[in-house]
Amino acid sequence: GEPYVLAASLDNARHLSSLLRAVHFQDHATCFATANGLRVTVEDAKCIQANAFIQAEIFQDFAVQEESVTFRINLSVLLDCLTIFGTSSLPGTSTALRMCYRGYGYPLMLFLEEGGVVTVCKINTQEPDQLLDFDFCSTKVVNKIILQSDGLREAFAELDMTSEVLQITMSPDKPYFRLSTFGNAGSAHLDYPRDSDLMETFHCNQTQTNRYKISLLKPSTKALALSCKVSIRTDAQGFLSLQYMIRNEDGQICFVEYYCCPDEDITEAEFM
Amino acid sequence: MRFRAKIVDLACLNHFSRVINTIAKLAKTCTLRLTVSKLYFILSDKVANGGVSMWCELCQGNFFDEFQMEGVAAEHNEIYLELVPENLARALKTAQSAKAVKIKLTNKHCPCLRVAVELPSLSSSSRIVTHDIPVGVIPRRLWNDFREPSVPDFDVSIYLPVLKTMKSVVERMKNLSNSIVIEANLNGEMNLKIETDLVSVTTHFKDLGNPPWSNSAQDRDLESMAEARIDIKKLQQLLAGQQVNPTKALCNIVSKRIVHFILLHEDVSLQYFIPALA
Repeated sequence: GEPYVLAASLDNARHLSSLLRAVHFQDHATCFATANGLRVTVEDAKCIQANAFIQAEIFQDFAVQEESVTFRINLSVLLDCLTIFGTSSLPGTSTALRMCYRGYGYPLMLFLEEGGVVTVCKINTQEPDQLLDFDFCSTKVVNKIILQSDGLREAFAELDMTSEVLQITMSPDKPYFRLSTFGNAGSAHLDYPRDSDLMETFHCNQTQTNRYKISLLKPSTKALALSCKVSIRTDAQGFLSLQYMIRNEDGQICFVEYYCCPDEDITEAEFM
Repeated sequence: MRFRAKIVDLACLNHFSRVINTIAKLAKTCTLRLTVSKLYFILSDKVANGGVSMWCELCQGNFFDEFQMEGVAAEHNEIYLELVPENLARALKTAQSAKAVKIKLTNKHCPCLRVAVELPSLSSSSRIVTHDIPVGVIPRRLWNDFREPSVPDFDVSIYLPVLKTMKSVVERMKNLSNSIVIEANLNGEMNLKIETDLVSVTTHFKDLGNPPWSNSAQDRDLESMAEARIDIKKLQQLLAGQQVNPTKALCNIVSKRIVHFILLHEDVSLQYFIPALA
């Protein structure tokens, strides 16, 4: 067969590029491929991690010859290559993609075709990074809310982004789900009642108030913009998981997940 | 020395504005040469322009309803002006729905092109917006600096692909590299290439066709590529800046020396020369 440890084809390269753009807040990403699909991870400041998951089914052809294949790549470069024919293709036209990787030390090869024009890209790969392990499994989840993304998009437009932190309160009792900022224009609180139309699921077991650096959360608005639903979960230590459900033009579902550490600069007493 | 001209037709006016906008995108300052039948916008290949030169030619008859000019002398019936095309573009911005635009060379305090835009109004008297654009009059002894560049003795001449596609490709490549290699052969194939420590990208266009005159290079192998490495920003500027929507676009490559672009739209021709990098 082929000498490639990873080979994949995609009818519409935008299905990949739009998800990658949703995690593009740092130049470098780590790609991790198994038979299930591709996961692209971006981290910053050892405090935030974003993962884009592109399941094998999204691809027309997805073959991995080893149990797993990992490499690090410049994400900005990868995105420029994937969108070489433009980001908004005309209706009825799409960029077809074939992606191949021979293994450690080899470049990632991309073959893109649109309207008979072919582009070949050779992107150097690097030694994969040691990734953060947020160890965020569903059994450790304390509170979980699923919101329609419209609801959170409104909130992010409304909240005072001059605030250093976003404070999230989740509780089985009032105020149920509250977002707060403390910025130049004073503090702002946004409450979502548990029976709101926007609220799809509400499982809160314990009152938790945690703060997260806005600068760390800001990149996740790229994923939010594309998503239809978002699952907001916290564990006992206050680690936050934002899981965005994204439906592509062909109606297929993909996920982008952001993990964020709570802001440690403040003590519990300050909340009181 | 005298010059006055008038455009009444709205389509002509918009077309003229698009040409001026294109020029403004490609040159900070340029020379406007006026003759009885034609207007020329000229950028000569000074080092300050990165060796780039431009030659844009339009027939006045296709734009202007009135066009009167008197050159410096009967035997040299031409006028050469230096101007900032952006100023002219700005003056024409208000003219999108104008009833008429008059352009006149004046000399009150300093030489100016006076652009008077007559805007429609509800009352019987119309509103007139006047822009005085300072120009420099270029003396006759310097005219030789602005002669039409000769078409270089090219190795390959080829039609360009759909400019929108080419623009998109060049824009991405510009994010990745400072220079681009453009190569083409007499078999209708053209490649755009960049290569850096991080990445190499090649876009292959085929079936572009070669203009009939390219047969002059008869003894050339059809498949053999002529190539030049040029400043990618200059190419991107041309592709992003052009608003003439040419009906024909082509380029001539002189291996390792220069790439000569020609964009044609009925009565307008734009030539753009980008020298090869060492």
